[in-house]
Amino acid sequence: MLNRTADNVARATPEPLAKKIRGISDKGLAWLFISPTILLLLAINIFPLFWAIYLSFTNYRANRPNEVVKNLGLANYQRILGDHDIWIAMQTTAHFVFWTILLQTVIGFTLAWVIDRKFRGHAFWTTIILVPMMLSPAVVGNFWRFLYEPQIGLFSYVISFVTGIPPTNVQMLSNVELAPWAIIIVDTWMWTPYVMLICLAGLRSIPEYIYEAAEVDRASNWRQFWSITLPMALPFIMLAVLFRGIENFKMFDMVNLLTGGGPGSTTEVASITLKRQAFESWRTGYSSAFAIILFVAVFGLANIYVKALNKVKQR
Amino acid sequence: MKSTLKLALGLASAIFASTAVSNVAHAEDLTLCWAAWDPANALVELSKDFTKETGIGMKFEFVPWTNYADRFLNELNSHGKLCDLIIGDSQWIGGAAENGHYVKLNDFFDKEKISMDDFVPATVVGYSEWPKNTPNYWALPAMGDVVGWTYRKDWFSRPELQKEFKEKYGWDLAPPTTFDQLKQIAEFFQKRQIDGKTVYGASIYTERGSEGITMGAMDVLYSYGFQYENPKKPYEMEGFVNSENSVKGLEFYKALYDCCTPPGASNSYMGEGVDAFKSGQVAMHMNFAFTWPGLQKDENVGGDKIGYFVNPKGPDGDQFAQLGGQGISVVSYSDKQESALKYIKWFANKDVQAKWWSLGGYSCLNSVVKDPKFPSSQPYAQAFLDSMAIVKDFWAEPSYAPLLQASQKRFHDYVVAGQGSAKDALDGLVKDWTQVFQDDGKM
Repeated sequence: MLNRTADNVARATPEPLAKKIRGISDKGLAWLFISPTILLLLAINIFPLFWAIYLSFTNYRANRPNEVVKNLGLANYQRILGDHDIWIAMQTTAHFVFWTILLQTVIGFTLAWVIDRKFRGHAFWTTIILVPMMLSPAVVGNFWRFLYEPQIGLFSYVISFVTGIPPTNVQMLSNVELAPWAIIIVDTWMWTPYVMLICLAGLRSIPEYIYEAAEVDRASNWRQFWSITLPMALPFIMLAVLFRGIENFKMFDMVNLLTGGGPGSTTEVASITLKRQAFESWRTGYSSAFAIILFVAVFGLANIYVKALNKVKQR
Repeated sequence: MKSTLKLALGLASAIFASTAVSNVAHAEDLTLCWAAWDPANALVELSKDFTKETGIGMKFEFVPWTNYADRFLNELNSHGKLCDLIIGDSQWIGGAAENGHYVKLNDFFDKEKISMDDFVPATVVGYSEWPKNTPNYWALPAMGDVVGWTYRKDWFSRPELQKEFKEKYGWDLAPPTTFDQLKQIAEFFQKRQIDGKTVYGASIYTERGSEGITMGAMDVLYSYGFQYENPKKPYEMEGFVNSENSVKGLEFYKALYDCCTPPGASNSYMGEGVDAFKSGQVAMHMNFAFTWPGLQKDENVGGDKIGYFVNPKGPDGDQFAQLGGQGISVVSYSDKQESALKYIKWFANKDVQAKWWSLGGYSCLNSVVKDPKFPSSQPYAQAFLDSMAIVKDFWAEPSYAPLLQASQKRFHDYVVAGQGSAKDALDGLVKDWTQVFQDDGKM
């Protein structure tokens, strides 16, 4: 059927065009098919990257199109690396990335391990657990803001019920100490299911016969976990950590919706600072330099991490 | 068959003709860009008269305040043609003028005999002029606005509260005339039970993302003696921005935030303030005057229950208020500048301005606001007039955005997050602002 359709198409192709196509090599044809994608990639990924690199050496400001653009050399980079506020934003980002990854990995792996037991109704519970990651971050951010509301929020009332502290004193988003944790809680709630899914795939890929052999050798459950389950699931866990690490390094939406970087600058992660510099203060050259620094940092760290991941896989 | 064909052709022609006619009608439609708020709805109503008079249709692009600057400054910077007319914020005027976003209106005003002397002077300086205090006009004052206060008149007039207040503070519970009095009243109401509900002292601006905390803190700082620069030496800020009195003013704002605001009010601006007042949470409420008509009409807190007062005096008797409001400008990238100018001419008309006020807009025309009937025309009219007489505005420089971002950060870090001292915050602000002006080559 498929051959017949192909024959019909071939017959319908005008002879001059058919001749031209017959003259193209397989390699040429391959290039012909992938060139639109490559052009698109160049236009929307590669060109903006090089353009941003160029802008990062200038004083260009997008809201001053008539101003003369001056070459500043490395001045933008020097200013960023010497800026105390930028380092604070980087520390805030690191704190956020570290704790979200730690919590999501521990809880996600535990959930995957429990789900992998295939208890009665496990499919139903898997679906329920996956719900948070199916929601839009905008929706999640908004409804958690209400949950955290000290006067009417459910979260404050639950904490008040458990601890006896008046709900109006549970100011998750206004308190300097609590606000970073408020964001970590929401991100963990939303993205732990994602880590769980990847870990579950890892656990399900472990052949059953390895456990059977361990049983024959009378290995305890604890021993089986440390010697079989964890090492064999480790590449999957590391993959989940990589994905979440990259995502959370550039976290913007949740922080913006929940605290907007506040109170003060307590939750101002690097992406919020970048947005403020680029689209509120209109320091396009300066923010391009900052974006390049962030890009290099993520790219470098991800590369080191991927090498480590490959080593783990090869073991 | 023939008749069916004729019928079909006739129908097709009719549809084509009607579409063509409607396209012609819409070709001249003007798009006016502004913030999505109550006065915008009043303007939609008012503009129907313009369409009736001229046949020019009006379309509106209203964006919520939180995205208003981002959205429209992006539009102007990219030379977009979306807006033919724009009611841009007062601080944009420098950038919009220097970057050629707005059409200069001097020749048009001369031709149409529109005189800026007919408008409230503060609004002309604030909304129309760039450079400031020079006769270069880029907008027609459109919506007068200023930060003032509302209070719960019904709570203030309760005999038992009046008695208790007098015993505690030694003066009658009444709208405050000084900031010290305002704080005493706020403390008095904080966490008080009224009608079985816990209420709080005051709602003030604390928003971090756009301009909230700056508008609120400046409202206090001005009356404490804050100045943007040395009046004799432009851009010299040391000792003016961070003067001893400015430090005291910022300390006062923090003290007011710490003692007397509702729990969790760490990111509160116009909308949150209105919500706090409408829901009966607060005794006093700082907000721009544009919110007053809506509050006055509110069933729960409006009518006889609400009162208005001007921003109080500082410790040395100085009294200023933060200017809000906007002018209306013609966008220089519009293809319909002629029609847009017709709208400006129509809007400047005395009768139109009178109707603008009656619909809930704040006219800046002298003939409207100086009318003897004006102070009694609305319960808030007098407070608005008094407030407009004492206005000061934030920098309107082309670099107003980084200047604003710096103050947002410094004020929020100190007032809400409690980091450092007021002196640190203002010293830091001088440093940030100096850097901005140095980058601009102005220092």
